[in-house]
Amino acid sequence: MTTSPRVNPTDSAVRIVSLYPDLLGTYGDGGNAVVLSRRLEWRGIAVEHITIDAGAPIPDSADLYLVGGGEDGPQVQATRELELSQGLHRAVDKGAVVLAICAGMQILGHRFPDATGTSREGLGLLDCETVRVDRPRAVGELLTSNAHLTTPHGRIDLGPLTGFENHAGRTIPGPNSTSLASVEVGEGNGDGSEGVVTGTVVGTYLHGPALARNPRLADALLEWVVGPNAMSPLDDSDIDALRTERFHAARDHELAPRRSWRDILRRS
Amino acid sequence: MAAGRIVASASRFVHFGTGSVIGGRVSLLIDRNLLAELTSSREVAIVSATNGKTTTTKLLSTALGSRQPVVSNWLGANMTPGIVAALATSNATDTAVLEVDERWVDSVLRATKANTVLLLNLSRDQLDRTQEVRKLAEQWRTALTATPPRTVIANADDPLVTWAALVAPRVIWIATGQEWTADASGCPACSGRIDFVGSEWSCASCDFKRPSIDVTVDDNTISIADQSFRAPLALPGRVNRVNAAFALAAASAMGTGIEAAFDALDDVTEVAGRYRVADFNGTKIRLLLAKNPAGWHEALELLEGPSTPLIVAINARIADGHDPSWLWDVAYERVGDRLVIAIGERRHDLAVRFRYGNITHVVADSLEDAMNLVRQSPNFDPTVPVDVASNYTAFQEHLEKVGGVL
Repeated sequence: MTTSPRVNPTDSAVRIVSLYPDLLGTYGDGGNAVVLSRRLEWRGIAVEHITIDAGAPIPDSADLYLVGGGEDGPQVQATRELELSQGLHRAVDKGAVVLAICAGMQILGHRFPDATGTSREGLGLLDCETVRVDRPRAVGELLTSNAHLTTPHGRIDLGPLTGFENHAGRTIPGPNSTSLASVEVGEGNGDGSEGVVTGTVVGTYLHGPALARNPRLADALLEWVVGPNAMSPLDDSDIDALRTERFHAARDHELAPRRSWRDILRRS
Repeated sequence: MAAGRIVASASRFVHFGTGSVIGGRVSLLIDRNLLAELTSSREVAIVSATNGKTTTTKLLSTALGSRQPVVSNWLGANMTPGIVAALATSNATDTAVLEVDERWVDSVLRATKANTVLLLNLSRDQLDRTQEVRKLAEQWRTALTATPPRTVIANADDPLVTWAALVAPRVIWIATGQEWTADASGCPACSGRIDFVGSEWSCASCDFKRPSIDVTVDDNTISIADQSFRAPLALPGRVNRVNAAFALAAASAMGTGIEAAFDALDDVTEVAGRYRVADFNGTKIRLLLAKNPAGWHEALELLEGPSTPLIVAINARIADGHDPSWLWDVAYERVGDRLVIAIGERRHDLAVRFRYGNITHVVADSLEDAMNLVRQSPNFDPTVPVDVASNYTAFQEHLEKVGGVL
């Protein structure tokens, strides 16, 4: 396990890099950078957010990298660019923390299926493999239990994770990884587990703005970077209200909240 | 055809709303070629897009209607069944202006052999249940190849629309100044990167680029075929000047004089309730429809302001898409200092979005409660309508509260 990448945490701004939002960012993935930035700012910690489009050089000295979800074609293109650049690989070697969402998680693994179902080589930063399975696409609320991260500062309990998933692959964690959580409602990795953690790289099928609904996951990633002493409590009452509502929605399998026949007739 | 008319009437009789879907469904079972038959002896125009298709359909119907009888499905039943139902009750030779769902363009174009096709824009919308926008662009391209219309009117500032329209024999290109480009960063021709520089765009890897422009739209004028028409129209905002430009270009291509068409557009003050200013429990409200990031990009520009409270309503029913993650693709920070009140079934998702945008906000359980909060706000001005911006099913609820479709 690596130590905190920040040599002097009080000295400079926390640097967050959003990778390739032009290719991977279909479902509001940009929200994760907003969540992390605000949670630092509200605690009086300076933050520098850098957006790197495909083709641009990737700085390898930032603290935290975000890789979003995306469609099949752009997913392959992003893999090619990241492999060529090697910037993310170098950053991980230096101990940077990475959050990879959905397609982002798939391409960071050893192998993933492309649009035609052909298995392609991934970036190997997450010890997992994603395969195409013969089942309907997993689309709906995802709720987990037993979520935790182990950082140099100890084990951090994340509480229930809540989000939306929309993917077709099945992800098999390898021996050098742990899962992020256990599935209570939804599909997740496909084997009852959800997400993959290898060292400082975290992958999840909670898609899009996953951190918006999961402030403890956001804070765990930040704590990895700035240490536990900087993590003063915040007013999360708006978020708690949303989480409570979504827990109920997932457990009641309320995929279609109060959907009426008139809705269906109007737009079918 | 008579069967379709009877079913449509029966459907209305048993109070299935306007009867526009049930009547069509049964009709299709009776004769799958009904749409082709219903359009065999009339001029047809098709309007499709992610955003603006209902408004543009209404504007084009109005523009043409100054000269000839026009039938249209502008109430939003925009797949084959709804279209058949709308046509079944019209005279066989009335000109048809058809709003068509993005996914149904191929099938409707094949059946109707429409002479005129208006393609406004393509962007992310309801991704949990619809297709990738790139696949839609490919479908449009295939449709225009299989059934070439006489004229396509297309958005030259949307690379996905441009890709689709390029195969048509004649295209009138509109410089829409579209600012939402997040869904078109990859070249549809070669997967290279599209660079947007000033008003131009081009692919970095191949020769795909912005076509030469036929129609321009700016803050004050719409310029078409060497003639300039002064905006404003009755409908607000740049986006509606663009919609009007599409309607005028199409009306002109279909043989109506542009000036007569332009004059007719002044009479359109709302479209199926969109932009309606109405009294709600003694206070003026204005209804706005905003149901995806590109739509919100335009809606935020139209807001009454700069400090008038704003009500935002989001549902996540099947017609809205179950996943409101897209709220994070909307730059709600642009509301500035306004108080924003979150309502709708997904009001807590909105509240979290606003919290992280450092936006002053409050959650209310209903439009009534939200309006009470508005009236108590120090920035409430009873002479300025309060904007209520809603996504699809929330908009329908609010429209019904102020009298429904007129």
